[in-house]
Amino acid sequence: MNFSEVFKQSNQLCKVSPDGKYLATCVQYRLVVRDFSSLQIVHLYTCLDQVMHMEWSSDSLFILCAMYKRGLVQVWSLEQPDWHCKIDEGSIGLVSSRWSPDGRHILNTTEFSLRVTVWSLCTKAVSYIKYPKACQKGVDFSADGRYMALAERRECKDYISVFVCDDWHLLRHFESETQDLSGLEWSPNGCVLAVWDSCLEYKILLYSLDGRLLSSYSAYEWSLGIKSVAWSPSSQFLAVGSYDEKVRILNHITWKKITEFEHPATIMNTKAVVFKEVEKRPVVGSEDLSIHQLTVDNSLFSTQSKYEITQLPAQVPVIKPDPERANPKIGISALAFSADNRFLATKNDNMPQSLWVWDMQRLSLLAVLEQTAPVRCFVWDPRRPRLALCTGNTKVYLWSPAGCVSVNVPVEGSFQVQSLFWHCSGSSLVLLSKEHICLCYVEAEEEK
Amino acid sequence: MSPSRLYTASVTPPLPLSSFNVSSNFCTEENVSECILYINQELLSLCFPPIFQNSDSISDLDAVVALNNIYDLLQLHRRAVGMMEELEVEQLKSSSDLHYQHLTNSRLKDQLELSKKENMRLHERERQLETNVKTLQNCLKDTKEEVQRLQGIIASRATQYNHDIKRREREHNRVKERLNQLLIAKKENKQGMEVLNYIGRSDGRRCLWKTGKTESRHEGDMYKTLLNEFDNRQRELMVENTELKKVLQQVKREMVGVLNSKKMSQEEEKQSNDMDQTNSDEDELLKRHHEMSCDHAREKLTNSIRQQWRKLKHHVERLDSQASMVQDGDSEEVISKQLHEEEMERLKLEIQQCKEFIQTQQQLLQQQLNTPCDEETAAVLNDSYMLEEKERLKEEWKVFEEQRKNFEMERRNFTEAAIRLGHERKCFEDDRAMWIKHQFLNTTFADQMKPQSRMADEFSKHSGREEKLISISGKVSKSHL
Repeated sequence: MNFSEVFKQSNQLCKVSPDGKYLATCVQYRLVVRDFSSLQIVHLYTCLDQVMHMEWSSDSLFILCAMYKRGLVQVWSLEQPDWHCKIDEGSIGLVSSRWSPDGRHILNTTEFSLRVTVWSLCTKAVSYIKYPKACQKGVDFSADGRYMALAERRECKDYISVFVCDDWHLLRHFESETQDLSGLEWSPNGCVLAVWDSCLEYKILLYSLDGRLLSSYSAYEWSLGIKSVAWSPSSQFLAVGSYDEKVRILNHITWKKITEFEHPATIMNTKAVVFKEVEKRPVVGSEDLSIHQLTVDNSLFSTQSKYEITQLPAQVPVIKPDPERANPKIGISALAFSADNRFLATKNDNMPQSLWVWDMQRLSLLAVLEQTAPVRCFVWDPRRPRLALCTGNTKVYLWSPAGCVSVNVPVEGSFQVQSLFWHCSGSSLVLLSKEHICLCYVEAEEEK
Repeated sequence: MSPSRLYTASVTPPLPLSSFNVSSNFCTEENVSECILYINQELLSLCFPPIFQNSDSISDLDAVVALNNIYDLLQLHRRAVGMMEELEVEQLKSSSDLHYQHLTNSRLKDQLELSKKENMRLHERERQLETNVKTLQNCLKDTKEEVQRLQGIIASRATQYNHDIKRREREHNRVKERLNQLLIAKKENKQGMEVLNYIGRSDGRRCLWKTGKTESRHEGDMYKTLLNEFDNRQRELMVENTELKKVLQQVKREMVGVLNSKKMSQEEEKQSNDMDQTNSDEDELLKRHHEMSCDHAREKLTNSIRQQWRKLKHHVERLDSQASMVQDGDSEEVISKQLHEEEMERLKLEIQQCKEFIQTQQQLLQQQLNTPCDEETAAVLNDSYMLEEKERLKEEWKVFEEQRKNFEMERRNFTEAAIRLGHERKCFEDDRAMWIKHQFLNTTFADQMKPQSRMADEFSKHSGREEKLISISGKVSKSHL
């Protein structure tokens, strides 16, 4: 595993272009575009204010930089560096900004979610969408980029609008049977829209593309409900994580639960492997204290760690959440399927140091990774069944069915990995610390 | 004594009084004296004075004594009767008492039975009520827990609602502030977009107007997508369905095969034959209706599979029970459980041994590869072995080189000699030719006869020399080879 040098970034704004050739980072009000393979700076743009959100267009030709405080969006072109575009939302304010899937329209959500303005870069046409709902995930584009689903709220009722992204024609508008819609997501095949309610009611609705209600699922009443939802890449499964520390898997034929995954504090399952991260205190022998060693090798000051396999039954450390607070830290807050549909990684908020990996073929627990600090971020490799995670310390961890490995980021000073993401080819990882980024080149083979 | 007997005994009068009036059979005119004697004796035995003295005269009967005796006897009799009457009365009384007691006893026993039953019933009822109480207590506990849980839920919902309300209120306040700002703001910033130039669409086509046609096209596209998806899914399901059907058919066939291969009783065979017949019929049917996959065929298939499975299960159970009872060497197909287990144990042991063997092999291999713990000594060792070889080889090489050099030298010498010889021979030939010519020219016809022999001698000398020369050159050429 090789590591590149460290570059600056601000606001965790660092994105790889969809075609994988470029890496764009924002440093305060500057946008720096580098070639991904050589990491040489290709373009440098200056925005009018500190950039809060940056996004590549789908064809990797344009980048938008949104500055919410000033209500401005600036668009830069890679092919023509002197091309410029500035969208000023004026006094109406700006809360979020995103590209449309065709890379030629920009959707701006005004302050207080008053409306969504669709700006076109091809024509002078401007569209407005009224009453958008401000919720966890109110907008979703289908995977093929043809349709957009938008949650709306009129007169204390939830509605869903489906737009054709081609010309922003309103295809369908129907009332949603939710009490308080919290999010919606298209299935990867673009034919089913999953809509879920807020945590006060466990309800997930499945609507067909043409607005018919296919099915409704509710596991229980009254207790806090759905916390996270994820589609499997083949659209075969819908994983619903809830506050009762369980993940329920629905199948796409009957939309009924086929299994539920529990996250108990004691793991008894004999087929699962529990990897526990163990930190090794560096032992300083007298022969190691050469200047050469001290300057070159950081190992004296950073603790090495490795994984040990714990005997079953194993105890998972649990942190009881504060019952007085809203949105308690309990339940499945993050779910992710691997790209080949075979594995599901879950994180239970009251076991924040553990990450659970489930085998979707056998529908059983495959591995549990117990870290020394709460897991901050975990992402699957877009090509292979390989999971990368970080816990806010100087290490990056990789899990694959062959085993687990913990790698120290060999950067001078310490590089606290706050988040990470994979390059679309799966050959490298981009690690982000609070103010820096570092690239990690990963080989295809894994060592145990 | 039963009371009735006593009662009857007591009923009968002790002595019939009327019988006293008529003379009884005791005394007649003939046996007066005996009677008198007898009576005397009796009276004596009863401590009465005798009525008859021991005298010789028979009719010396003391009348006074006799009358007294009679009176005493009468008194006695009366007393006795009275006593008897009393006793009888008492007996009656006691028997009736006893009877009464018996009655009360039985009554009390019945009462006791009844009260015992009552007691049992009450116990039973108490037990039931106790269990009721327990269940109710459990219910109460559950309900309490439920109530607590619901209270917890209500509390969490309340915190959630409060949190939400606060958030909305904050947002509301922000909106109000913003409205105020906008009201008092002098300059209104207009919304707008500045762009250097408009860019083309990503797919290169021109933008279309929004018409009814485009709307219907969108609808059409949407339905096409959905239909495609349905088609795909249906295809997948059909494929899966046919696969599963094939598997079921295969399983059924195999089951039938397994069942038929075992030695079964006649009726079972007959049944199976019938089943085979119906199975083959079904197979035919299914093949024909394969594409249509009618419910009937499906049901038949599943039913037949269930039946076969049941038969197989019975058979296996029978085999199991047989195996547990059977001794060794009963039937070649039925191995006793014990043998089987022994076999398994043996195989396991073998596997273990093999594993250990492999491990030791690995270890040894590892050791082999790792034995040079210090690189230098290893290198040295290696070198030392090589060195010997090298030295030996060097020496041999030297020897070979020397020999080669010698050979080279010899070869050179020989070639030189051969060349020289060649030259010499040539010279000699020339000389000879000259000499012969001279001789020939010099000798006249006259001297022909004489110098002929001399020429012949000279010739033979020369030829001998030539021979020698030839032999030398031959030797040289031989050694040269």
